[in-house]
Amino acid sequence: MEFPAVSSPHSALPNRVSSVMLRVILALIPGALAMTWYFGWGVVINMALATVVAVASEALLLRLRGRPVTATLSDLSAVVTALLFALAVPPLLPWWLTVLGIGFAIVVAKQLYGGLGYNPFNPAMAGYVLLLISYPVEMTAWIPPIILNEHVLTLSETLRVIFTGTLPAGLTWDALSMATPLDAMRTNLDLGHLISEIRESPLWGDFGGRGWEWVGNWYFLGGIWLIYKRVISWHIPGAMLGALLLLAMIFHLLDPETHPFGLFHLFSGGAMLGAFFIATDPVSAATTPRGKLIYGASIGALVFIIRTWGGYPDAVAFAVLLMNMAAPTIDYYTQPRVFGETETRND
Amino acid sequence: MAAARSDTASRRLWKFHGGLHLAENKAQSVTQPLRPAALPKRLILPLQQHIGESAQPLVQVGQRVLKGEMLARPQGYISAPIHAPSSGVVAAIGELPVPHPSGLEGLCIVIETDGEDRWGRLPDAIEAFEKCAPEVLRERVRSAGVVGLGGAAFPSSVKLNPGPDHPIHTLILNGAECEPYITCDQMLMREQPERVVSGAHVLLHALGADRCLIGVEDNKPEAIQALKRAVAAAGVASLEVVAVPTLYPSGGEKQLIQILTGEEVPRHGIPAQIGYVCHNVGTAAAIADAVLQGTPLVSRIVTVTGEGVREAQNLEVLIGTPISELIAECGGYTPEVSRLILGGPMMGFALHTDQVPITKAANCVFAASLREAPAPDPAAPCIRCGECARVCPANLLPQQLYWYARAKDLDKVQDYSLFDCIECGCCSYVCPSHIPLVQYYRFAKAESWAREQERSKSDHARQRHQARLQRLERLEKERKARLRRRKEDLDKAPSTERSSEQTKQAAIRAAIERAKAKKAAQPVQPRNVDTLTPEQREQIANVEARRRGGDRRADTAGREE
Repeated sequence: MEFPAVSSPHSALPNRVSSVMLRVILALIPGALAMTWYFGWGVVINMALATVVAVASEALLLRLRGRPVTATLSDLSAVVTALLFALAVPPLLPWWLTVLGIGFAIVVAKQLYGGLGYNPFNPAMAGYVLLLISYPVEMTAWIPPIILNEHVLTLSETLRVIFTGTLPAGLTWDALSMATPLDAMRTNLDLGHLISEIRESPLWGDFGGRGWEWVGNWYFLGGIWLIYKRVISWHIPGAMLGALLLLAMIFHLLDPETHPFGLFHLFSGGAMLGAFFIATDPVSAATTPRGKLIYGASIGALVFIIRTWGGYPDAVAFAVLLMNMAAPTIDYYTQPRVFGETETRND
Repeated sequence: MAAARSDTASRRLWKFHGGLHLAENKAQSVTQPLRPAALPKRLILPLQQHIGESAQPLVQVGQRVLKGEMLARPQGYISAPIHAPSSGVVAAIGELPVPHPSGLEGLCIVIETDGEDRWGRLPDAIEAFEKCAPEVLRERVRSAGVVGLGGAAFPSSVKLNPGPDHPIHTLILNGAECEPYITCDQMLMREQPERVVSGAHVLLHALGADRCLIGVEDNKPEAIQALKRAVAAAGVASLEVVAVPTLYPSGGEKQLIQILTGEEVPRHGIPAQIGYVCHNVGTAAAIADAVLQGTPLVSRIVTVTGEGVREAQNLEVLIGTPISELIAECGGYTPEVSRLILGGPMMGFALHTDQVPITKAANCVFAASLREAPAPDPAAPCIRCGECARVCPANLLPQQLYWYARAKDLDKVQDYSLFDCIECGCCSYVCPSHIPLVQYYRFAKAESWAREQERSKSDHARQRHQARLQRLERLEKERKARLRRRKEDLDKAPSTERSSEQTKQAAIRAAIERAKAKKAAQPVQPRNVDTLTPEQREQIANVEARRRGGDRRADTAGREE
């Protein structure tokens, strides 16, 4: 009797890439719901639009590259990229910017490098940074969270704003939009205000901006669930948030009137989303245990440095992309001690 | 079960990195008692059943042989003889399919059995082995053809000779049997524990070790109890049965040593370097037979299991029995059979055909159904999730190794410690992208070996080429110097050439006389060696050294040179 020749091992766990991605999507749900609650229908529209564009452009590129389309799309990685991108951009971003950003992320940052597993940079952040440096005005035009908002847009109004750019009658952009807490803090500090004065504004909650800090909380919960499910390890988020908190606290202690306190940094901007969902993208991150700590801590430090002294109010995207470049080198020099190894290597 | 677990607590045990809890699937093959398999009509004995040089045939086609008679003798130190598993006639010596992942053929001796199973004359039993010198025991183990029965098939006598630099304090018997489905060691320990214990005694004496630890995974409580009873009956304090937690691959030699002692065998080293020698329990039993009864290794216990065979069980099988007959004896295949694996599901290799024999290394024939060994999923790209690194018992970074093995970057894979990979398969097992990682590592290892060979060959060629260039240059220089001298002599000649023909003749005669006298005095002395300059002597020495080195390399490199 003849039998097929197959390499060992002869059995495997039934886990798949798609189940990893699905768990990431599930973990994003609380944060995404909170975003929608605080910032309205725009968040949902962005997520839907980005997902459609991501899947369509991935399908097109796979076809052009002669790769299996359905099998690859079903790994859900394009959906994860689209959701992360949509949650990072302003809720009323014009539709064509969303298309441009996510299209760039999937086509250039992901597929042109060889698709999933071969992209050196986090695709969502590459698309985000492209928009941020090309269209800084649109990319910083945030709306206030619902609790501070006098003009809550309905679904149809939101659709009209995003797809046609026409505001509801009687509303102007100035009335509708509002700076993000990080932006507000930054601008006021640049104007020479003290933090105690800045924080008198109703924009502020316990840690960061009102509403914003709650979104951060829900991302945090989703991230903890991912760690519990062993989709990600604690190393990168722990090191990133730890380094950010530590640096912020040191500078706050030295000069509390020009440096906001540590938790402000953690619960503002993209810190929570970045720490648990973006910096942990395994493809572009460091992969050794020690390497992950270095990688995460470096991102945290870069976030603090760019936020404090750089030209942009938030910095997670830049910090992640910068450290993506360093990941292979970090991995090489932080290899774990191999069984039976006595002396250290690489010296 | 409870008793076994509490023993785990009584002795401190250590943990190795990673590992997997696998579905054991051992129960189905231990329901029937161990029994000998039927005598097959033909026995096929590959000459290469062990690591090292293959054995050299001692018999001719047509020759009658008796059971236990040596059919092929070892060649070289790391080698093992092959014995006739039953009496009969040598029917053929030739190339036949052998159980090897490559599916290639190998030289085999085929015996047509006569059904009498008559033993030949065996060497005397060494009952008083305690009074025997270790060399004698070693020689007995070697001539009995005992090799590692756990699957590696390394000649056991070699492991019994760690050399004076490596004193052995502890013998470890490996009864972990961590691979799912396989139960041959379990059945041995349950039904014939005294053979294992006797083997331990012999080994302790042959190695001069102080104590012996028998490591058994705690999913085999009956085996542990049986061994403990046997140890108690033997009444020797230096033997200890230790239950170790069930975690694949605890039966890896280095892993088991770490679990039991906390010590790590150095990278690329052997256990003897830290004072341990590790043998499989089956090997210990075979050594006991060889020393205490004089019987060579002609049979072994084989697990036949899987949903692809009707009656899963363990059989005492003669080496050389075709696997097809073994399957037939177990009720034949079921319709579900889809893959035939020699060994277990994690490290065994798939056989192309069942027309190959059981060898000394064959511990399990696993006829797997599609459910047990599913067709491999198409591999997706690696997302570097790191699950593989988490389970790797060697603490490697399989995701990085894969990346560089795929790129054929042979320097980088060695930077990432490719050769520390034990091919246990944990990484492939957990990979969410279903990448056949182990296959990539085997490929990269083979490529690295091939490149290493190429390199040493080309180094040799380059050395020879350079030496030749130097020699030619030197000869050219010497020739020029000679010419110059001649020319100078000629230039000077007109003034001296005027001497008479007589003086010239006289000088020639004198020279001939001198030469004759010298020849008579020292008949076969090499000439011109006493007046050599130190440089010339050095040159000669270099040439000699190179020639010797060249011969040696040519020997190892084979005929391609």
